[in-house]
Amino acid sequence: MKKIAAILSLYLVTLLLPLSGVAELTIEITQGVDNPSRIAIPPITQSGLSLPEDVSKIISADLERSGLFSPTPRRDMLSFPATVKEVYFRDWRILGTEYLVVGQAVKQSGRYKITFSLIEIHGERKLFTKVVEGPATQIRDLAHYISDQVYQAVTGIPGAFSTRVAYVTAIPVNDKMTFQLMVADVDGARERLLLDSKQPIMSPAWSPDAKELVYVSFETGRPAIFRQNLATAAREQLTNFRGLNGAPSWSPNGKTLALVLSKDGNPEIYTYELSTRKFTRRTTHFAIDTEPNWTPDGKALIFTSDRGGTPQIYKLTIATGRVERLTFRGSYNARPRLASDGRTLVMVHRDNGSFHIASQDLVTGDLRVLTQTYLDESPTVAPNGAMLLYATKKGNKGVLAAVSLDAGVKFLLPARRGDVREPAWSPK
Amino acid sequence: MKTQLLKYGVMATFLTALLAGCSSTDTTDTSGAGGTATVPSNQVSTGTAGSGGISGSSLDADSSVARTFYFEFDKAILNSEARAALRIHAQTLRSTPANIRLEGHADERGTREYNMALGERRGNSARDFLIQEGVNGALIEVISYGEESPASLDSNDASWALNRRVELK
Repeated sequence: MKKIAAILSLYLVTLLLPLSGVAELTIEITQGVDNPSRIAIPPITQSGLSLPEDVSKIISADLERSGLFSPTPRRDMLSFPATVKEVYFRDWRILGTEYLVVGQAVKQSGRYKITFSLIEIHGERKLFTKVVEGPATQIRDLAHYISDQVYQAVTGIPGAFSTRVAYVTAIPVNDKMTFQLMVADVDGARERLLLDSKQPIMSPAWSPDAKELVYVSFETGRPAIFRQNLATAAREQLTNFRGLNGAPSWSPNGKTLALVLSKDGNPEIYTYELSTRKFTRRTTHFAIDTEPNWTPDGKALIFTSDRGGTPQIYKLTIATGRVERLTFRGSYNARPRLASDGRTLVMVHRDNGSFHIASQDLVTGDLRVLTQTYLDESPTVAPNGAMLLYATKKGNKGVLAAVSLDAGVKFLLPARRGDVREPAWSPK
Repeated sequence: MKTQLLKYGVMATFLTALLAGCSSTDTTDTSGAGGTATVPSNQVSTGTAGSGGISGSSLDADSSVARTFYFEFDKAILNSEARAALRIHAQTLRSTPANIRLEGHADERGTREYNMALGERRGNSARDFLIQEGVNGALIEVISYGEESPASLDSNDASWALNRRVELK
């Protein structure tokens, strides 16, 4: 953090102060499942001494945010067991608790080791005991790891609590907009400023190793694609063509970008080999072709085109150049993203004049509108495919929101100031 | 016609002076296409070449002629007011060539990168019209801002109508 702060001070010292320490994003759950699993996580301590962060509180918040769990409030707990042996089952049956997570921490030369167990109360059985270890400075990572393990054991789906989200904020400062590229933990904590500019910043996208971002910045007076390393803040301008330089998307193997250039007259999709710096044009059509995104196998691109008269989603197989149309319902389907199963397509869909996020099963063709908020855009799917984040409007303010892929769970992440937009969920 | 020519003559002198001062904001050079460049990090906080630098300085032949042209949703067709105004700008540019920027914009509805493409399509409509009216295309650069730089921040029909626009700069 110190290193990043030093680099950031180049950009804007004054803004850093309010940003450090406090998370900008908070979470408001607006809809959960009907019968969430009741889980209790008593305090996890180092033989009674509190840890630098309240680990059990972080785990409770993670699990609650998934919408599938209802954590027991700490004040209702009758005892605070730290090991399986200390569990008095009746204390938990009285509360209606279904699952219990107990754990204790040991500190050795600046590192914490947490031993934790998941217990099923009704069957009075231990489901697992595991150990996680890490530096004291990254205790939140240990908490998210525990959340991932518990979530997977109960739901059968890998957790995504250790992931991050990149997004753009637009904050009015003295009548002018200031644009910021940010990265935070997916729970909104540890927010970091990556880039600050008086000109628009757009379209952040992650590298598959989650160590870099590509994005569009107008800082040169024109849109251009940049690449930036998160740890070192080293950045490089990748494109400087006349016209559009936009919508970068990193291939699953990390070697290629798909992007949009209009240097030949109208927006076309190109691929760009990062090692050779070679551009290859992939579409040839006088219509708008934009918003490319890779299929998980890296063999095809899905993209938006208005070649049929209205914006719709198409799939381009790279080896053959063959293009097929994927969406047929509605007069506006755009900015496609695929879940990691390669089968669930999410996109912006106009339904009776309103823009919402919809999912389409590419096998059955079933289309489902997932959101009912206002001016919804920029869907981004969690790596485990359970949930997606998107941008919406609340009042006149841009905020982020989330919805599960089955539409059962919804929550808002209202920002304290400015507009928040264009979330990009990290791939790991 | 004579007085008009005289007026343009005066303008030309004025413009030459102005443009000399503005040479660093030359907008036609894209020869660097394809290459990569390392951008000094200080440009991120100071780079304002996109909007402030050249607005209203070039081409002020007649301040009563509209420099902002409006469009329908998801459309890039110039209306009659826009064509009338562009015709006058074309006349000025033919007699007094100057580099211009056509900045295309979209309202906030729809997706951001699609709106970038739409903003460019609107800018291209204005550019094509100027070329058709005899303006040298090499003087014109089209830049799309998509929905990123709205003229009005509200989310309603009136605001959206103001935001679907091309600005001549």
